[in-house]
Amino acid sequence: MALTTAPNPTPPAKSSVRTPAKARGSGRMRHGEGLAGYVFLSPWLIGLMAITAIPMLLSLYLSFTNYDILTDLSDVEWVGLANYERMFTADPSYWHSVQVTLSFALIAVPLKLAAALGVALLLNRAWRGVGLFRGLFYLPSLLGGSVALAIVWVSMFNRDGAFNSFLSLFGVEGKPWVNDPGWALETLMVLAIWQFGAPMVIFLAGLKQVPTELYEAASVDGASRFRQFVSVTLPMLSPVIFFNLVLETINGFQGFTAAFVLSNGTGGPVDATLMYTLNLYITGFTELEMGYASAMAWVFLLAIALITALFFSTGRFWVHYSDGDGN
Amino acid sequence: MVAQTPTLPQRGTVAGRRRGAGRQVGRLLVLIAILAVVLYPLFWMIGTSFKSQEEIVSNIGLLPREFTPGNFSNGWGNFDVSFGRFFLNSAVVSLLTVVGNAVSCLLAAYAFARLRFRLRGFWFAIMIGTLLLPGHVLIVPQYILFQKTQMVGAAWPYLPLVVPQFLATEAFFVFLMVQFMRGIPRELDEAAKIDGATSYGIFRHVILPLSRPALVTTAIFSFIWTWNDFFRQLVYLSDLEDYTVPVALTLFIDSTSQSAVGPMFAMSLLSLLPVFLFFIAFQRMLVEGINTSGLKG
Repeated sequence: MALTTAPNPTPPAKSSVRTPAKARGSGRMRHGEGLAGYVFLSPWLIGLMAITAIPMLLSLYLSFTNYDILTDLSDVEWVGLANYERMFTADPSYWHSVQVTLSFALIAVPLKLAAALGVALLLNRAWRGVGLFRGLFYLPSLLGGSVALAIVWVSMFNRDGAFNSFLSLFGVEGKPWVNDPGWALETLMVLAIWQFGAPMVIFLAGLKQVPTELYEAASVDGASRFRQFVSVTLPMLSPVIFFNLVLETINGFQGFTAAFVLSNGTGGPVDATLMYTLNLYITGFTELEMGYASAMAWVFLLAIALITALFFSTGRFWVHYSDGDGN
Repeated sequence: MVAQTPTLPQRGTVAGRRRGAGRQVGRLLVLIAILAVVLYPLFWMIGTSFKSQEEIVSNIGLLPREFTPGNFSNGWGNFDVSFGRFFLNSAVVSLLTVVGNAVSCLLAAYAFARLRFRLRGFWFAIMIGTLLLPGHVLIVPQYILFQKTQMVGAAWPYLPLVVPQFLATEAFFVFLMVQFMRGIPRELDEAAKIDGATSYGIFRHVILPLSRPALVTTAIFSFIWTWNDFFRQLVYLSDLEDYTVPVALTLFIDSTSQSAVGPMFAMSLLSLLPVFLFFIAFQRMLVEGINTSGLKG
């Protein structure tokens, strides 16, 4: 059944006999493998078409309509660029969500990576029990975007949560951080930074790759530990830093669960936690403006592609590959 | 060249050794301090789930003065549908996802890693491209497609959550297995081929048995991610009795009454238990799994 979607691998003119396996000629082997290749690939290909490609085209089309789920798909109204126009010129909450998302990513991602690198440096020595430490630091990342963890976090920064109790030990008067428009997003940033375990483990893998001879040579030259860090560790680690930066930035843009839980799905208080994806969800599934939500999704996709491209084009100025021809 | 032991260099003198040991102790103390901060919220959650309502407000300490296990039974039956049902729903979705991802991603990975066919490079590039595609972008049209095909809100409402997993849409796992299979010696394929094995035979008798570590990694992470996932479950599940655990937990927030804090914590703790258990069982593998593949958290 999969074969109907698979293009014919090679023109079968050359091989007259269909011997599947033992064929010695590379042309014939390729023919058999080509068929098998598409057989094995068929679930993925069907998924690509049905779950990814067609929905993407549909979403592109819908972004030029005023579709809501209630009217029939056949008589939606084509509105041209109206959705995009509204987004960029007439929807203050849209711009607000862009701003919230950008400030979240700009602050939380660098701090998270700094924490990850710092702890990775402390853990980068083999001693008994180091594995346990690595695992425990990784645990918050593993529990990651779970609702349970977001609930715990919100309760901790409530008016009578653990954080205020802790502050009161020092006589500092706390506040309901999660209900304060000036602090709600910061609470979410702290949550994101707390989950530094995943990039930390990747940093640890990178640190193992740095040749010890470089440190020996540097210390023979009298370089201080800080100098060694700046001149040896950072450049040697730059591909891993780059990898983590791209990955965590994309993740950061997609923060949804914690913002949803904190605001009970509203993006509040006063839109302070209206992350882009939460705004998209509210637009599409609460207000049922699926055409407009599709337009938002496409801008989101283009923005992420643009930022990734930006990373890769600037990366060659600071990412150092030890094999020399990397850039 | 003589390999140096990977410990601290230049520690010939007694003073140097003492300084090295002191540094080691200092490092350990700093680590323990950071770890205490990192683990505090988790211990606080465990403690709070055993505290009575007034103690939650009054008692700052981690440990409850008196254990209140009633939070668990209250939370379990707090809504019209018991949490047992929510856990069952989550288990069904997660386990089907594990099976779907393992099977479909393995098949696709074998094609990409081992078979030569026309347009392979092109499809591989597409697969890598979908790796970067955020799930939020596709949710609206996917919802419409599943709705038009009568899969949303059907008698068995989990099709939209499970069907994509049987079609290798988690490109991440495809990529992970491709990387793994590239490490399996090609000579094994060649030998099997000389013995007359077809591509299917090689898959069945060479690649499949040797891919067990990659399959286990895929299974663990599929389970944990699906168990923790919220966004898609929130979108597709609308009837209370179909809710999975994460969606059910948000009901506690809806009921703004403060009386539910203890039960809410108890259920939150229980919901993390499967992931905790996986963590304890596979701790070493999880951390190494990320090491080699750069898994996201």
